[in-house]
Amino acid sequence: MSTVAHAAHPETTTGIDSRKVAIWAFIGSECLFFATLISTYLVYKGKSITGPLPADIFEIPLVTFGTAVLLFSSFFVVLALNGAQQGNRKKLIGWLTLTVICGLFFVGMQVYEFQHFYHKGLGLSTNLFGSSFYLLTGFHGTHVTLGLIWLSTVLVEAIRGRVPPQKAMNLEIAALYWHFVDVVWIVIFPVVYLMR
Amino acid sequence: MALSTGLLRRGRPYLVGALTLALLVLVGCTTNEATYPQTTLAPKSDFTRLVDDLLQTTFFWAVLVFVLVEGGLLFAIWKFRGKPGDAEPKQVHGNVMLELVWTAIPTLILVAIAIPTVKTIFQTSASPTAPEVEIEVIGHQWWWEYRYPALGVVAANEMHVPVGKTISLKMWSADVIHSFWSPQLAAKRDVFPQGPRFQKVNPLWFRADTTGDFSGQCAEFCGIQHARMGLRVIVQTEAEFDAWVAQQRIGSPLVNGGVVAPATDSTGAPVAPDSLMAVGAQTFQAAGCIACHAMVGTPLAGTTALMGPNLSHFGSRRSFGANMYLNTPENLANWLRDPQAMKEGSKMVLPRPLTEDEITTLVAYLRAHQ
Amino acid sequence: MASSVLDHSHAPPAAKTGLWSWLTTVDHKRIGILYGASAFFFFLLGGLEALVIRLQLSRPENTLVSPDFYNQLFTMHGTSMIFLAVMPMSAMFFNYFIPLQIGARDVAFPRLNAFSYWVFLLGGLFINASFLFNAAPNAGWFGYANLTSPQYSPGPNTDFWFLGLQILGVASIAAAVNFFVTIVNMRAPGMTLLRMPMFVWMSFITQILLLLAFPVITVALVYLMFDRHFGTNFFIPGGGGDPVLWQHLFWIFGHPEVYILILPAFGVVSEVLPVFARKPLFGYTAMVFSGAFIAFLGFGVWSHHMFSTGMGPYSDAFFSLTTMLIAIPTGVKIFNWIGTIWGGSIQMRTPMYFALGFIAMFIIGGLSGVMHASPPADLQQTDTYFIVAHFHYVLFGGSIFALTAGAYYWWPKMFGRMLNESLGKVHFWLMFIGFNLTFAPMHILGLNGMPRRTYTYPEGLGFEMWNMVETVGSFVIALSMLVFLYNMIKSRNSAPAPADPWHGATLEWAIPSPPPEFNFAEIPTVASSMPVWDARRAAGGQLPEPAFHDGSGIHMPNPSIKPLIVAVGMFIMMISIMFTHADWPWWAMSLAGLAVMLYGIFSWAFEPAG
Repeated sequence: MSTVAHAAHPETTTGIDSRKVAIWAFIGSECLFFATLISTYLVYKGKSITGPLPADIFEIPLVTFGTAVLLFSSFFVVLALNGAQQGNRKKLIGWLTLTVICGLFFVGMQVYEFQHFYHKGLGLSTNLFGSSFYLLTGFHGTHVTLGLIWLSTVLVEAIRGRVPPQKAMNLEIAALYWHFVDVVWIVIFPVVYLMR
Repeated sequence: MALSTGLLRRGRPYLVGALTLALLVLVGCTTNEATYPQTTLAPKSDFTRLVDDLLQTTFFWAVLVFVLVEGGLLFAIWKFRGKPGDAEPKQVHGNVMLELVWTAIPTLILVAIAIPTVKTIFQTSASPTAPEVEIEVIGHQWWWEYRYPALGVVAANEMHVPVGKTISLKMWSADVIHSFWSPQLAAKRDVFPQGPRFQKVNPLWFRADTTGDFSGQCAEFCGIQHARMGLRVIVQTEAEFDAWVAQQRIGSPLVNGGVVAPATDSTGAPVAPDSLMAVGAQTFQAAGCIACHAMVGTPLAGTTALMGPNLSHFGSRRSFGANMYLNTPENLANWLRDPQAMKEGSKMVLPRPLTEDEITTLVAYLRAHQ
Repeated sequence: MASSVLDHSHAPPAAKTGLWSWLTTVDHKRIGILYGASAFFFFLLGGLEALVIRLQLSRPENTLVSPDFYNQLFTMHGTSMIFLAVMPMSAMFFNYFIPLQIGARDVAFPRLNAFSYWVFLLGGLFINASFLFNAAPNAGWFGYANLTSPQYSPGPNTDFWFLGLQILGVASIAAAVNFFVTIVNMRAPGMTLLRMPMFVWMSFITQILLLLAFPVITVALVYLMFDRHFGTNFFIPGGGGDPVLWQHLFWIFGHPEVYILILPAFGVVSEVLPVFARKPLFGYTAMVFSGAFIAFLGFGVWSHHMFSTGMGPYSDAFFSLTTMLIAIPTGVKIFNWIGTIWGGSIQMRTPMYFALGFIAMFIIGGLSGVMHASPPADLQQTDTYFIVAHFHYVLFGGSIFALTAGAYYWWPKMFGRMLNESLGKVHFWLMFIGFNLTFAPMHILGLNGMPRRTYTYPEGLGFEMWNMVETVGSFVIALSMLVFLYNMIKSRNSAPAPADPWHGATLEWAIPSPPPEFNFAEIPTVASSMPVWDARRAAGGQLPEPAFHDGSGIHMPNPSIKPLIVAVGMFIMMISIMFTHADWPWWAMSLAGLAVMLYGIFSWAFEPAG
């Protein structure tokens, strides 16, 4: 993404790129967003009037695997960023592609999961569990999807040779967002899937 | 009249402002229940006295701080008014000691408010140890229902209680959030709709010190007619209260399912076939009133689940429309002619307009139900 | 990615006048003026709503307006004043003066800035468009569940409400990210955090509050949307939901929101007082820390809006104590303001009248707030006119008075003309008298039994006289607004204003009035929080008018239509929810909006910024 920058990046008071400060500010805000969704899930936990309930439909092994894949993707994007900063085009493209594939797998898993739950009778308005679960994980999934669009855009630019080391910041902020989305899942997974 | 010196002339607007404010405060405080029948400043029960004591405490400190700080501000504006040719004032940046002092003093004042506050919170939250009359209060859009389970009474809008006895209220709503507010007797608490997982029943309690008639209102915005959801608490002597209870039990849904001996009215007297009571009951049903109102001597007299208030003892009520209209023949006739004109949006939508004959009959019929 | 970094010299010069130049502007000063003009328009609308309310309440059993229309009026009055008047007026000052006061040429993300404005404008127009359908929001600005559920609010009124707020929330968060980064990262050399002007400090804290508070109401509004359109039961007791959850979520946002409304006002007053007392702000560090403490604590008091809900004694006591605690740093600020004028040489010019009026009125509002902080006492006060009195004293007597001080203070800088002093004083006295006539008696009415949010009141409760007085007062306020409007219009013909008409202390006074597009010919270096006073002292008391610079060699960002495109796309996507019950697929409209939005975002990302 382009900014007010021109040939040389203007100095900033903190020495940190403004886009990086911006993504951190945005992430701070998003923390409250997810905190509200998670708190509501917890408030309504165990309060559904009818089933299905978590124990009836969760497929923990699949979700655990998806979680692992998402966690690995955070690692891969770090490697990709490393490649960008070093000017190593192959490294950048390779690891970034893997990141996107992992992200796609995670989203695919969620789509499968939602569809599976729906067939088992858990709709959005079936009960409080359905409502709070779908909204929480749905919003998270939407954030993952937006992150994927962002990373894919950087990937396409990288393939076109337009992400030299001076432009590595573009990937760095996308990666920061990606890590955040990951961290949110690290909270959601135990709270929603593992806690009884 | 111009106050002569420049000093006084400069200060005059502020002086006038301060005096006006002081006047308003004084006027506001010398309250008169006759002027403000719904005032919160004339507590008539132990509960509202507790609350009022706290108000007096916070008000005292608020006025004191106001006089000192506002006074300080006005004084500074007056004393340090710039004049042409003034030298640059001393460029002071701050004073640590002052910061500490003016942090500490407000803290102490707040502690002085906090201690009685916390104490009163616990006192007003506690349930009464020996409640003598228990009343269930149910808020509806836009009227109040009262049920006295132990006494077998179902009433609406006007709550009768005996003086000097501890009244325990258990409150909820049939639809949206309302708030039961009886300023002189019980202050207020919100009433909530119930659900399978949400069962919040709010308590209030009070012991009235004097007999009297006390107006109140719903105090939580609850839709189009929130403004007309009044209420009345009528504090009676024990004898009067017992008499009221005895009367109200006749035809009450909580007593024998609302069934009374055939051909008796709400006072227990026999009903002749062509009498007002008989004809009225027919009209009551023909006009469709029965769909929303329980009425002694008609089917559904025993139900508490209808949309409108129980009218079995309508004639004994001083007002209707939730304490909004005096129970006079004229007001009642206007209401029956077109309730939407008086309380637009209310749930009382007549299935068909009533004829003038029907209205005359119903007015007499309803008012005869003591 | 941005291939044309070197290309901007070939770009056609941006037009400076005409509609297109305004639609594509990314100049913080122009965006500030757009915010200001829009805010003032919505403020007048909100004021009109208030006048009709006051006319209806001037007599008992009045029938000027229907009950439902009255409920629309008071809901829209509150919603407009908070979200469409006070917040955007503060945004006008954030936009115009944060970059100037920190010595920057623009904000960190100029196009994001424009985007925020367009989203705000669309949101404000959308929510007011509801009046055209006689379906304006009518469940109060706080929209308590379950009144807002489909069963009890079946019409589109509440949909206009939650969608409008959701749209406005996007604008607020985007702007907050922008100003947060601007303040953190674009300060002039030498301007450490503790040398920033107090307005910048209070604005900085406000941006943090915006970032942390708005997401909470965003989620609450999403839940409400799902309850109303997709069959969920988040707040519907029949389906297992908890209407009190709405109150918690709303007020966790709502309480920080009131600090969002007042902190910028605190900042403005902290700018005006020193200049017109001719001495520095007393207790700069204490002012910074008290502001930060208020904001932090502001997240811990929300249930003081819920004292009548029966939370139980421990919750009541906790929130009562935190609410009392927050009075302490607030008091500290008031004392420091008095300390600022103490020993000064007070110049009674219009900005100073409003700043002093602010302090006088805010003291009253703050004290009535302390009275509410005691839950048992609040059991009488809550939901009465006593509360209405309190929040008007802090929001009107507080925020509006302070923002008006800012308007008079900064008018010459923004428009290059002075506002007339005599008219300014007439404006002040009319507004001061009218304001007190309108809101002081509400304390009396509230304690004497008048509940709030009521379209009428019965005869015989004693409310008649004070209501009439209040109605008269409201028209005096209206008159003062006419004086203000006249003053603004008349100022176009007044003499051009110098760079520094008031002998200001901060950097905006070092550049021409109005400033050139690039603000500073040379980015200054500062050594204190009062750099222009320092320069003036060093120059022996007189500073020359700043020299003209034609801007050559200074690169400013290119104008762009993309922010407007993204705003429109997002707007279309969001309002498609209004049509979930239509007989055509509403989601097609949503997708169309999304498509426009994505197109806008991508072309924004890849266009040269300049």
